[in-house]
Amino acid sequence: MTDTAVPLTTKKDWSSDQEVRWCPGCGDYSILTAVQMLMPDLGVKRENTVFVSGIGCSSRFPYYMNTYGMHSIHGRAPAIASGLAVARPDLDVWVITGDGDGLSIGGNHLIHALRRNVNLTILLFNNQIYGLTKGQYSPTSEVGKITKSTPFGSVDRPFNPVSLALGAEATFVARTHDLDRKHMMETFRRAHDHRGGAFVEIYQNCNVFNDGAFDPILARDNRSDNLVPLVHGQPVRFGKEDQLGVTLDDQGRAQVVQVADVGEDALLVHDETRDDPGLAFQLSRLARGPFEPTPMGVFRAVERPDYGTAIGDQLVASHARQGPGDLQALLASGSTWTV
Amino acid sequence: MSDTIEERSTNKLEQVVIRFAGDSGDGMQLTGDRFTESSAMFGNDLATLPNFPAEIRAPAGTLAGVSAFQVHISDHDILTPGDAPSVLIAMNPAALRSELHDLTAGGTLIVNSDAFDERNLAKAGYSTNPLTDGSLSDYSVYEVPMTSITLEATKPTGARPRDAERSKNFFALGIVSWMYTRPVEDTVAWIEQRFAKNALVRDANLLAFKAGFNFGETAEIFPPAYRVLPAPLTKGNYTNISGNTALAWGLVAAGQLAKLPVFLASYPITPASDILHELSKHKNFGVRTMQAEDEIAAVGAALGASFGGHLGVTTTSGPGVDLKSETIGLAISMELPLLVIDIQRGGPSTGLPTKTEQADLLLAMYGRHGESPLPIVASKTPSDCFFAAIEAVRLAVKYRTPVILLSDGYLGNGTEPWRMPDVSQLPDISVPFASEPNGAEGEFLPYLRDPETLARPWAVPGTPGLEHRLGGIEKEDVSGNINYEPANHEHMVQLRAAKIAGIARDIPLVELDDPDGDAEVLVLGWGSTEGTIIAAVRRLRESGCKVAQAHLTHLNPFPSNLGDVLRRYPKILVPEMNLGQLSRLVRAEYLVDAKTYSKVQGLPFRIDELEAAIGALLDD
Ligand code: SF4
Repeated sequence: MTDTAVPLTTKKDWSSDQEVRWCPGCGDYSILTAVQMLMPDLGVKRENTVFVSGIGCSSRFPYYMNTYGMHSIHGRAPAIASGLAVARPDLDVWVITGDGDGLSIGGNHLIHALRRNVNLTILLFNNQIYGLTKGQYSPTSEVGKITKSTPFGSVDRPFNPVSLALGAEATFVARTHDLDRKHMMETFRRAHDHRGGAFVEIYQNCNVFNDGAFDPILARDNRSDNLVPLVHGQPVRFGKEDQLGVTLDDQGRAQVVQVADVGEDALLVHDETRDDPGLAFQLSRLARGPFEPTPMGVFRAVERPDYGTAIGDQLVASHARQGPGDLQALLASGSTWTV
Repeated sequence: MSDTIEERSTNKLEQVVIRFAGDSGDGMQLTGDRFTESSAMFGNDLATLPNFPAEIRAPAGTLAGVSAFQVHISDHDILTPGDAPSVLIAMNPAALRSELHDLTAGGTLIVNSDAFDERNLAKAGYSTNPLTDGSLSDYSVYEVPMTSITLEATKPTGARPRDAERSKNFFALGIVSWMYTRPVEDTVAWIEQRFAKNALVRDANLLAFKAGFNFGETAEIFPPAYRVLPAPLTKGNYTNISGNTALAWGLVAAGQLAKLPVFLASYPITPASDILHELSKHKNFGVRTMQAEDEIAAVGAALGASFGGHLGVTTTSGPGVDLKSETIGLAISMELPLLVIDIQRGGPSTGLPTKTEQADLLLAMYGRHGESPLPIVASKTPSDCFFAAIEAVRLAVKYRTPVILLSDGYLGNGTEPWRMPDVSQLPDISVPFASEPNGAEGEFLPYLRDPETLARPWAVPGTPGLEHRLGGIEKEDVSGNINYEPANHEHMVQLRAAKIAGIARDIPLVELDDPDGDAEVLVLGWGSTEGTIIAAVRRLRESGCKVAQAHLTHLNPFPSNLGDVLRRYPKILVPEMNLGQLSRLVRAEYLVDAKTYSKVQGLPFRIDELEAAIGALLDD
C-alpha cells in the first residue's frame, strides 16, 4: 500500500473479464462506459478503488469494474460503504445505486451518508421503475403510473432525488443523463474530486420496463429547450437560441422566463458554492418532473470536513494527548486492590 | 468517623445479601454501585444484580418506578448475587411493597419513614400503613426518618430543601456503610471526585453520607455493626468489573491480539449501549466508533470496515439482531470476519428491555434465511466477557466468518471482582492478509480455501493485483465468480457448513465436573447461569447427592466431546432462561433425553430453585 506513481492505464485496464448482462439497449451500458473511460484520467490506482452497490439492475455494476468491489444487499450500499470509507480514508469508494435501492429500501442510509458527509461518490441510476423485479413503480415514478403493482395508476407522489439530497445536507449534488457521455464524465469527475459525500442523479433509460421516460426532455428535438445547463458563475440560460433563462419570482420560486422579457441582468447567476442550499433547492424544483425544463449539472459543491477524516483526526488527537493505548493500564483504570 | 474496624465491637458475618430499593429517581443504582465498590476494595468477594425499570422516570412513588440494586458480599468465594436479600433498604412504600416478598424471614428492613405518608402509601397501593399495621412483624424493622435528617444535616450548604432531599440516598449509604463496617475514606474521596463540578451537591452528599454513618453509630437503634471479612481470593491485582465493560475491554484486547484496528458501529439499545460508550472513550487505542442511523447500518458499516481490513464489530440486543440478520447472511456468503454481540434481554418484540433472558440462542443459531451457519460463543460471568470477546474474534478472523457473541443483561450490568490478567500472556490471534495472487496463472482466486480451516483468503483493498468482487449472489468455488449451477450451489452450501463444523477441532473440550464419576444427573448449562448452577450443585453435593455439571461457552459448533459426555448420564437437566433452547439443540444433535428447567421472568435463577429442580430429578 505504499504510494508509488499512478501507472498509465486505459479503459481496458478498468474493465473486468465478466460478461456484461444488462438488457441490450439499457442506459446502464453508457454509464458503465463513461465511468470506465473516466477512470484512467482520475489519477487513481485500481487497487485503491472500490465500487459498492446494493441490489437492482444498476447494482451489477461492480462486477464489471476491474477494481475491488462489493455487490451487497438491497438498500444497504451507503451504510456498508460508509464503514469502509471511515475505516480506510485512503480509498476511493464509489456507491452504485438505483431509485428503488437508494430511495426506497435504502432511503435512510442514503440520507445519513449524505448528512454525515462520508467520503463517497454516490451514483444513483434513476430509471423511475423497478427493473430487476420486472416492472413495479418506484419512488421516483410519476403519479398515475400504471405498472403491474399499480394497474389503476400509482397514487403517491414521487421523490425529487436532487431535492432530497439537498435536504439531507449533501455537500455535492449533481444531475446528468445517460445520453451525454461527455457530461456524465465531467460530472463524475467533479463528484470524484469532491472530498465528502457526492451525490449524482443519473437519468437512465430502462428500455424494457419504462422506455422513453425521459424523452420529453432528452429526445434529440426536445433537449435544447428542456435541458437547463448549470454553469458555476454564469446566468442560468438555455434554449436553441439561448432565448430562455431562469429567474426567481416574487415568491422566491425559480421560474423559466424569456430572456427578451426580463433582460439578461435579471437572470439568476448560478453559484454552486453558496453555503445556504436554498437557491440550489429552488433550482431543483424548477421542473415538476422530466417533462419540462430540467437543470443538469452541479447544483451544489461546498467544502465541509468529511466524516471519516474527522473521526481519524479524533484518533490522532487522543493519541497525541494520551499516548498509545496501554492495555494493562486500561484494565487497571478503575479502582483496584491487591490480594 | 475515625474508627478503625479493629476498635469496634462487631459481629462477624460470613456473607450478606443487601438490596437497596427506591424510586428510580432516588439514585439506588449509584448507591449500590458505591457500596459494591467499597466492599470490593475491602477485599470481599461479591456479585451484584441491578434491577431497574425500562422507563427513565416512571411516575414517582409508583411500583412501576421502583429501582433496586442487590449486592452479595462474602468472606469466601461466591458465585451469584444471592437468592434473597437478608437486608432491604426501602426508600418509600412502593419500594417496600415491590421488594419485600424477597426478604428472608427475620431479615433486616430499614425504611425511610418520612416517605410513608398517605399519598405515597396510596400510590403504592397500601390501604393501611405497613409500619403500624403489624404486617412487618416477621422482620427486624428500623424506621429512620431519612429525609428529615438529611435536610437537617445538609442545612450548612444552604441548598434548597428540594435539592437537599436528593442526598438521602447517601444518608442511606452511610447507615449501611456503618452497619457493615465499610471503610469510609474511599467513599468520601469518591464523592469529592464524582461531584467535583458542583460544590453544592458534593457538600450535601458528603454531609448526608457522614450523617448516615454517624446515625448508625449513635442512634443505638441498630445492633452492633457487622463485619464481613475479606475473602481469601487468589493472589493478584483485582478490579471490580461489569460484563459490558469487560466486553469492551476484551474488544480492545482482541484488536491488539489480532493486530487489527477495531471498528465498532452500533445503534443505541438497552442493555448494550454501555459497550459503545466505553469503546468511544478509547480512541488512543485506534478504536473507531460510529453511532449508526439504525441497526442495519451499524452491522453494514462494521462489515464494510471488515472488508477494508479492520475488525468490524457491532453491539446490540435481540431486536437489533433481528434487523441485522440479512447483513449477517451477506457476511456468511462473502466469508468475511464480523462480530455481532447480542446482550440478550427479555423478548419478544420490545419485551423487557432492562431485564435479562437467554432466549436468543435459536435466533443466533437459525435466525437467517438459507443454510447460514455461524459460530456462537457465550460468556458465562461478567469478567468472562473479556475472554469471550477475544475468543469470538479469534474465530471470526481465522475462519473469515461472522460470529455471534451472546451475553445478557444480567452479565452486562452485573459486576464481580476480577483478577486482571497479565496481558502479555494473552494469545496472538492474528492472521495474515493475502498479499500475492494465488492462482496458477498469476490471478487471484478469492474463494481458493485453506485446506485446514477451509477459510478463504482475506484480501483487502489497497493490495495491488488482488482486485476482486464479492457479493451475496452464489459464487463459484475457487474463482468466486457468480454461479447459478445446481451442483455448485450444493457444493458451496456444504463447504460453508463444513467450515463452521470444523471449528469443533479448534475449541476446548467441554469440562466435566463429576468428582466421583458416578453421578446420575448431569446439569448442562450455557452462558450466565454458570454461577448459580455451580452453587446449586455444590449445595447438593454437601448434602450427599451425586450431581455432575458441565457448562458450554461454544454453542456452535459444540465441543467435540459433548456427545460422549451427555451419553454417560441417564438424566440430563438443562436450566435456561428460555423455554428450552439448548435442550432442543442437544436433543436434536445427540438424541439424548435432556430435560429443560426453564425460567423466563426477566430474572436470573435462584440457587434454591435450581437445587430443588435438580433434587426433584434425582428423586425421579
Ligand atoms: S430491466 Fe431495464 S434497467 Fe434493468 S437491465 Fe433491463 S433495461 Fe436495464
